Amino acid sequence: MYPADFEYHAPATLDEAVALLSAHKDDAKLLAGGHSLLPMMKLRFAQPRHLVDVRRIPGLSEIRAEADAIAIGARVTHRMVERSELIARRLPMLSEAAAMIGDPAVRNRGTMGGSLAHADPAADLPAVMLALDADLRAVGPKGTRLIPAENFFLSLLTTALEPTEVLSEVRIPLPSVRSGGAYEKRRHPASRFAIVGVAALVELDAKGVVSAARVAVTGLGSKASRATKTEQALVGRKPDEAELDAAARQVADGIELHDDRQGPAAYRAHLATVYATRALRRAVERARAS
Amino acid sequence: MPTTETSGRPLGASVKRREDARFLTGRGTFTDDVKLAGTIHAAFVRSPHAHARIRGIDTGAARGHPGVQAVLTGRDLVAGGVQPIPVAWLLPGLKMGEHRVLAPEVVRHVGEAVAMVIADSPAAARDASELVQVDYEVLPAVVATDEAIGSDVRVHDLAPDNVAFEWSIGDAAATDAAFAGAHTVVRQRLINQRLIANAIEPRSALASYTPASEELTLYVTSQNPHVHRLLMAAFVLGIPEHKLRVIAPDVGGGFGSKVFVYPEECAVTFAARSLARPVKWTAERRESFVTDAHGRDHVTDAEMALDADGRILGLRVNTIANLGAYLSLFGPAVPTYLYGTLLSGQYAMPAIHCTVRGVYTNTTPVDAYRGAGRPEACYVVERLMDLAARAMGQDPAALRQRNFIGADRFPYQTPVALMYDSGNYQAAMNRALEMVGYEALRAEQAKLRQEGKYLGIGFSSYIEACGLAPSQVAGALGAQAGLWESATVRVHPTGKVTVFTGSHSHGQGHETTFAQLAADELGIAVDDVEVVHGDTGRVPFGMGTYGSRSGSVGGTAIHMSIQKIAEKGKKIAAHLLEAAPEDMEFTEGKFRVRGSPDRAKAFGEIALAAYLAHSMPAGVEPGLEETSFFDPSNFTFPFGTHIAVVEVDKETGDTSLRRYIAVDDVGNVINPMIVDGQLHGGIAQGAAQALWESAEFDENGQLLTGSLMEYNVPKADQLPMFETDRTVTPSPVNPLGIKGAGEAGAIASPAAVANAVMDALAPFGVTHIDMPLTPARVWQAMQGSPGR
Repeated sequence: MYPADFEYHAPATLDEAVALLSAHKDDAKLLAGGHSLLPMMKLRFAQPRHLVDVRRIPGLSEIRAEADAIAIGARVTHRMVERSELIARRLPMLSEAAAMIGDPAVRNRGTMGGSLAHADPAADLPAVMLALDADLRAVGPKGTRLIPAENFFLSLLTTALEPTEVLSEVRIPLPSVRSGGAYEKRRHPASRFAIVGVAALVELDAKGVVSAARVAVTGLGSKASRATKTEQALVGRKPDEAELDAAARQVADGIELHDDRQGPAAYRAHLATVYATRALRRAVERARAS
Repeated sequence: MPTTETSGRPLGASVKRREDARFLTGRGTFTDDVKLAGTIHAAFVRSPHAHARIRGIDTGAARGHPGVQAVLTGRDLVAGGVQPIPVAWLLPGLKMGEHRVLAPEVVRHVGEAVAMVIADSPAAARDASELVQVDYEVLPAVVATDEAIGSDVRVHDLAPDNVAFEWSIGDAAATDAAFAGAHTVVRQRLINQRLIANAIEPRSALASYTPASEELTLYVTSQNPHVHRLLMAAFVLGIPEHKLRVIAPDVGGGFGSKVFVYPEECAVTFAARSLARPVKWTAERRESFVTDAHGRDHVTDAEMALDADGRILGLRVNTIANLGAYLSLFGPAVPTYLYGTLLSGQYAMPAIHCTVRGVYTNTTPVDAYRGAGRPEACYVVERLMDLAARAMGQDPAALRQRNFIGADRFPYQTPVALMYDSGNYQAAMNRALEMVGYEALRAEQAKLRQEGKYLGIGFSSYIEACGLAPSQVAGALGAQAGLWESATVRVHPTGKVTVFTGSHSHGQGHETTFAQLAADELGIAVDDVEVVHGDTGRVPFGMGTYGSRSGSVGGTAIHMSIQKIAEKGKKIAAHLLEAAPEDMEFTEGKFRVRGSPDRAKAFGEIALAAYLAHSMPAGVEPGLEETSFFDPSNFTFPFGTHIAVVEVDKETGDTSLRRYIAVDDVGNVINPMIVDGQLHGGIAQGAAQALWESAEFDENGQLLTGSLMEYNVPKADQLPMFETDRTVTPSPVNPLGIKGAGEAGAIASPAAVANAVMDALAPFGVTHIDMPLTPARVWQAMQGSPGR
């Protein structure tokens, strides 16, 4: 309930925020929606000496359509993503993933940047960013860099962000014409994090054969990761039910599963297959319909 | 105050809750909202170990922290004369492990308090609490219910086998004979898992001391402030009862967990007196998880014997009840008198025998949680009924009906001590079957199975004993208090009325229902009645709210006071009207001379006359205020049939609750909307026990489900719209005919939902899975079955 003492900063610009991070480095934490950080501070699992609130910095809460991408500011809430007509039309996978985060109270406060930078191993958005091949924009003392989602999530609660960098935006390339994406998730009944979440993006050629596939899973391991075996199993195949099932069965390959309170490893592997199948089916349906 | 809407008589109307306006606009006054000048704040240092010896406590650094006023340890409290926390219900041969407010030598569960830090702010107290160095010698722990007996670990030296008591009820020889002659016997080990109440308001205490008068005032999250006062003053702190005032202001939910006297409020009160400063403590949610008394936690071997026609011949039940590390206030009573006595259910059972062993473990103490013993009994009986129906190839509804106690057999003496007051079990079952559309639903179930969809229909025909309790009976059974209720009804000279009740509302809506009751009987507006509760300084005495007793026992005490007021009013009115008192009647708010409708005095006129006292009948005192104590002659026995309809996903093991039908008979109803609300909440809690909730410890006694991120309290989107209806069989035990409605939902629903899941899994040959019926457990059961 009562976090350890900290100093509160509310910079008005990104530069000021970066300067504060540069001054305090590992002693500082960014605060946006606070829905991951504040509970950890109240439990004293996190005891940052300096809290740098980014909520006064302008320009971080926009969803913008660009020629070949959609840019989402780091402070855009899950609710804004969920309700964005643009995202619903162009990135339905992201739309449905955002709608499955927590509950309305969490979605009204929690932010895109906060969720990605926190890198909870059971969060939804990291898997979606991997499947959508997003780039994450980091602003630091040396300037701005784009980090591919692929290289962003390093391990449990650890990302490629430097302690002095602010995640300012994600940039999601618009999927090609004959492609479709879907996100399927088994929610933990209490936390509503993913016991398993599967994000799938499937692109078909003119003959209906899979020309590209990006599949990512969350909730199973220490971080969200690509299911490359599943992707490889799909490319070059006509995605009938048997092919999808076979590909889905490899979704947890390379992830070491453990028994936990949600069930034994065998059940978790089974669930991963079930949810991968569901995600792939809907992704293919959407690709065919597009 | 908004005007209360009523049309017609207030009694039996769905009057909107008067308390909701302040709750919904954040204007309630909960304990933590109470601000007293000069308050300092407590934080507790808690054991991270389930079992350890305290070698020493170094409080130096904490004392030196800025803002710290005092640091107290268990030894300080012992030196200050603080006595152990008592048990309020004793069983023969009960081995009582000493429960100290702060552990002086040995800690016996994770979260047990060992020291208290008091500082100028809550944050400073919390900071300093981390500086207290406790040197623990960690000891092995015993955690699991079925491992306590025979464990090498001894929780209390006085109970070498960890058994606090062994208790039995019923006739062992008759039960053996019944089983010997049985056509069919079904048996099952049933685990009724441990639950955590999770009231929305965490526990809180604020104590202040007035040195001049030596008076203490304690604001505390209590369901029974008078009981708190009695036990804390007389047993723990050793101060005169009249020097302690206990106020339980708005309280945000209890479900039983706020009945008990807890260490923290004792420590806070002691500190307030020692330091002569107001001291406040409010639990953090994670403290609530490990220190609020938990519920349930039984391991039971149960068997039922039936004849060839499916008539029950006998029931044998052998239960181990986990009591946790210490006996909580009613810990010994819950798995015995509130459990074994309910094992006859709604059925005519010729022979029953039940033994219960209460065991100590290195876990949080276990005590009453909504239903308290009765959900456990209902689960045993109703799961066995379904197992018997399956074994005998009979319809579960038909098997129940064959065994119902007939409506013509009340009052009905069970083989396990209780005398059921009134009932019509068939009528409630019939209505439930009609609402669910039973025959059509069975046909749909068969059709869906062909399509690989698994629908399940589960019954629970429950009985509960409410309205605790005849004091003489309770006393004979070991209760350390009477269980009557008191009420004072004060008529003001203006004719407005204040009702002072010893019941306590922490969500039940007494400010509305008791006002309805008084308004109806006095023929005045609901808005003209104020209800006061939760303050030992204002309410003469009371036993509080638990066991669905407020309406039947507390309400009757109000009714009795109103009767006395009516009698006195008749005397005064007769005097003023120059009529004979025996010719007077009191109806619709008027005292009338029978047969002369124009000769009447309004209630308000008589109220004024009573206080003016210018013209009183001989021998009648001025004023119009009456106090009554109601001690019921028996328990009341609400009943009903609940039906759950679930669908199990073969692919994932997911259970979704499709429909939930509840037909309850709670006797006469004061406010149908509030009764529905009670049912809804209880059903949600019970369905959550069946499907989601479980307090789980690792082998070292660490609570694995110690936060709301892990512990699955039910959420609205996990539940269907409940379909409720009622039959009405008034109780003869009290003049209002009320049976009680607070716990029925939580008692009936775990068995209904579990039975529905087993019904859905019948094609897989699955007969039993222990709660909670998580997708993983259900999926695994389906994998192991031939029907796959």
